[in-house]
Amino acid sequence: MSDTLAPAAGRARHGKPARPPKPPRAASLWNDAWHDLRRRPLFIGSAVLIGIFLIMSVFPWLFTSVDPFDAASCRLADARQGMSGAHWFGTDNLGCDVYARTVYGARNSIVVGVTTTVVTALVGGLLGLVAGFKGGAVDTLFSRITEIFFAIPSILGALLILAVFRTGNVWTVMLALAVLTWPMTFRIMRAAVITAKSQDYVVAARALGASAPRIMFRHILPNAVAPVIVVATINLGGFIAAEAGLSFLGVGLRSPDISWGLMISDARERFLEAPGPLLFPALFLSLTVLAFIMLGDAVRDALDPKLR
Amino acid sequence: MKKTSTSVLPAGGALGDEPLLAVDDLHVEFVTRQGVVKAVNGVSYSLNPGETLAVLGESGSGKSVTAQAIMGILDMPPARIPRGEVRFRGTDLLRLPEDARSQVRGQRVAMIFQDALSALNPVFTVGSQIGEMFRVHRGASRRDAEKKAVELMDRVRIPGARQRVHDYPHQFSGGMRQRIMIAMSIALDPEVLIADEPTTALDVTVQAQIMELLAELQRESNMGLILITHDLGVVADVADKIAVMYGGRIVENALVHDIYRAPAHPYTKGLLDSIPRVDQKGQELYAIKGMPPNLLAMPSGCAFHPRCPYRQDNCVTEAPPLYEIGPTRSSACHYWREVLDGSHG
Repeated sequence: MSDTLAPAAGRARHGKPARPPKPPRAASLWNDAWHDLRRRPLFIGSAVLIGIFLIMSVFPWLFTSVDPFDAASCRLADARQGMSGAHWFGTDNLGCDVYARTVYGARNSIVVGVTTTVVTALVGGLLGLVAGFKGGAVDTLFSRITEIFFAIPSILGALLILAVFRTGNVWTVMLALAVLTWPMTFRIMRAAVITAKSQDYVVAARALGASAPRIMFRHILPNAVAPVIVVATINLGGFIAAEAGLSFLGVGLRSPDISWGLMISDARERFLEAPGPLLFPALFLSLTVLAFIMLGDAVRDALDPKLR
Repeated sequence: MKKTSTSVLPAGGALGDEPLLAVDDLHVEFVTRQGVVKAVNGVSYSLNPGETLAVLGESGSGKSVTAQAIMGILDMPPARIPRGEVRFRGTDLLRLPEDARSQVRGQRVAMIFQDALSALNPVFTVGSQIGEMFRVHRGASRRDAEKKAVELMDRVRIPGARQRVHDYPHQFSGGMRQRIMIAMSIALDPEVLIADEPTTALDVTVQAQIMELLAELQRESNMGLILITHDLGVVADVADKIAVMYGGRIVENALVHDIYRAPAHPYTKGLLDSIPRVDQKGQELYAIKGMPPNLLAMPSGCAFHPRCPYRQDNCVTEAPPLYEIGPTRSSACHYWREVLDGSHG
């Protein structure tokens, strides 16, 4: 017995030298995940990008001296110019500076994308957790409700909801998208919870006296949250694009509001003549979506100890 | 958080005539689409402090279900307990309200599972999982809980406990994981420890170490140990008494040396005869004929009769009671005398 119990035996299996004794540190899932995240290039890269976009949406004037809401900044005579020192991204159909508009458009697009993602993840995630954990009648009730939402065609549903509000701004667009998409998060969370619930460690936790809320939030949630994070970050890009679609249909944001979606739909008709007004907001949109997807990947990996 | 001693249950101390844990005429059924599966049909056994009871039986014999019923971790429904009592220090756990019951679970009656990898939460460090016992039941601070976790890991002989307390379950070997599971279950000094096939997932040398550890912990704390296993080899060294289960019933109760010397039930005899022995090298290994009973359609009479070499006509129609065949022995076989004689000869 003594040879297998030599202090080095356990460590040597991982090919690492024995660690020096660490000072006691409160080890928790989120602590360890954070320690791990800080060392991931994927996380650092996406965090920097997201940081830039967040600053851009809060303080757009830091990035450009042109105020696109000022009518004087647009001159029809300058319409559809290419890239130049005065207009980095060129100008659009009305002679407005595309760079300034793209910078100012970040706020609406990101607010719609991020809030919709957060709301759907919270609502769908929480209901999914409860339904999956409780099962039985609660599960049946919630599941039937989500099926009703699944049956509504999303574009039509959003049109209807926005028509009821009569005004299209970021909050009504967010609400319309969230109402129609939370059932997806619900489904994913519910399935993940049902899988986690039958694991031995949940039974073991019960046998060692853990209470139901503790089992739900400590043993099931951390093991079920990964797919929700992944889907949420992928959806985020979809929400920004959906905002563009709704704005294009005339029920979302309206001019003089600026958003990437609006810019893309405005520039669509003259795309072949002047691709800049469409490509640059589209590029920013893609970068935002990419950054959030990378962030989601990094967070998911950090939450799984086996991938650390 | 909550204080541990409950008003419902007497604290430790003298027990009088009442055993520490007594299972009495326990029945457990599962309601399924195919019908009612009678997994446990009138099981009784008892356990005293410092005693080790081995519950022996093949898969589906009801030994694990009995343990889960004691712990109160059966999913009900589909399971239900139509009859029976589980008395812990004289109090019937099955009739206790849930909050009093959860005071018993983990603190006074704890359980170890077969596969420690799946029984440990993969996303938390082992230290936080062991420490959780103190945080949930004793309201300890995070730091105190971690200190206790290191102490416990030392106690179950995990080398380098102080460093490894921050490691995750998948970073440990199978034997070490089972030690962690044991550390969790003994954290609050339970009076009864149920080990459900604790060594089945481990290789033979590690099995011996784990059994040795359990026996040692038991000597230190005088807890009662219920060892559920299908491995007669594991039982011989550590158990005081044995209950052999077949088809949801106990077919033989005996002290461990009695059973090895002379089994009094044909099923026990079959189990003992099918242990590989060095002096039989080259000969075909004995196996009990036939298949374990289908719990949905139990054989009439004695459940073992289709496989029994001692079968007589009345075995098919008449279910044998558990005959008292000695002060510490009983056997559910009409022909236990013949079986005993046969094994002497």
